[in-house]
Amino acid sequence: MQVFLSFFFLIFGAVFIFVGGIGMLRMPDIFLRMSATTKAATLGVGSMLLGTAVFFGELGVSSRAFAIFVFILATAPVAAHMIGRAAYSDGVPLWKGTVMDELRGKYDDERRRLSSGVYQVEGSSEADWVDVD
Amino acid sequence: MIWVELMMIWVIVPALTLTVVMCFLRLLRGPSLPDRIVAVDMLSAVAVGMMAAYAVATDEVIFLDVALVVALITFLGTIGFAYYIDRRQ
Repeated sequence: MQVFLSFFFLIFGAVFIFVGGIGMLRMPDIFLRMSATTKAATLGVGSMLLGTAVFFGELGVSSRAFAIFVFILATAPVAAHMIGRAAYSDGVPLWKGTVMDELRGKYDDERRRLSSGVYQVEGSSEADWVDVD
Repeated sequence: MIWVELMMIWVIVPALTLTVVMCFLRLLRGPSLPDRIVAVDMLSAVAVGMMAAYAVATDEVIFLDVALVVALITFLGTIGFAYYIDRRQ
């Protein structure tokens, strides 16, 4: 019983990693590709580690697998965010079917500042909103 | 444990190996440098999954420690590459 449950989790994880690989190969844009690799691969690796923990059924192995999974769960979004930010500021082109790019024109690459895009209110001075240190 | 070998040979090893092949295709093709870094990141995730599967197949727990170290090091590598791209201009 335990072995079959472990098989189920291992196969589920391997298939999910495979689907993430297909997404990484076929998606049209780096940001869509990153979405596929981050989500699908994280879930797949977590499922495979859960299958390993179920297969051995000891406390030491389970805590080790849990530690790896928590680490991947914490670091995969951070790494994806860093790569996406670097790619955007590097000028990697977006997919031509992209509907909305809310960051366009709001990020000052020289000064590394993000403005919120609020407009100047009538009657207020320009210094109120231009430079927010 | 004939089931373990059958499952490894027919499901898990082909899926993970094809994923490695797809990662290398993206690594060769990727139009920009961040694409290639995404491919390397995915390759490390596949490596961790392979080590988990190998721990089950050989009944050796020690491979999980290797997987933990690989996950740690590749995260640092990805962060370093992203920092390099960001500060390159």
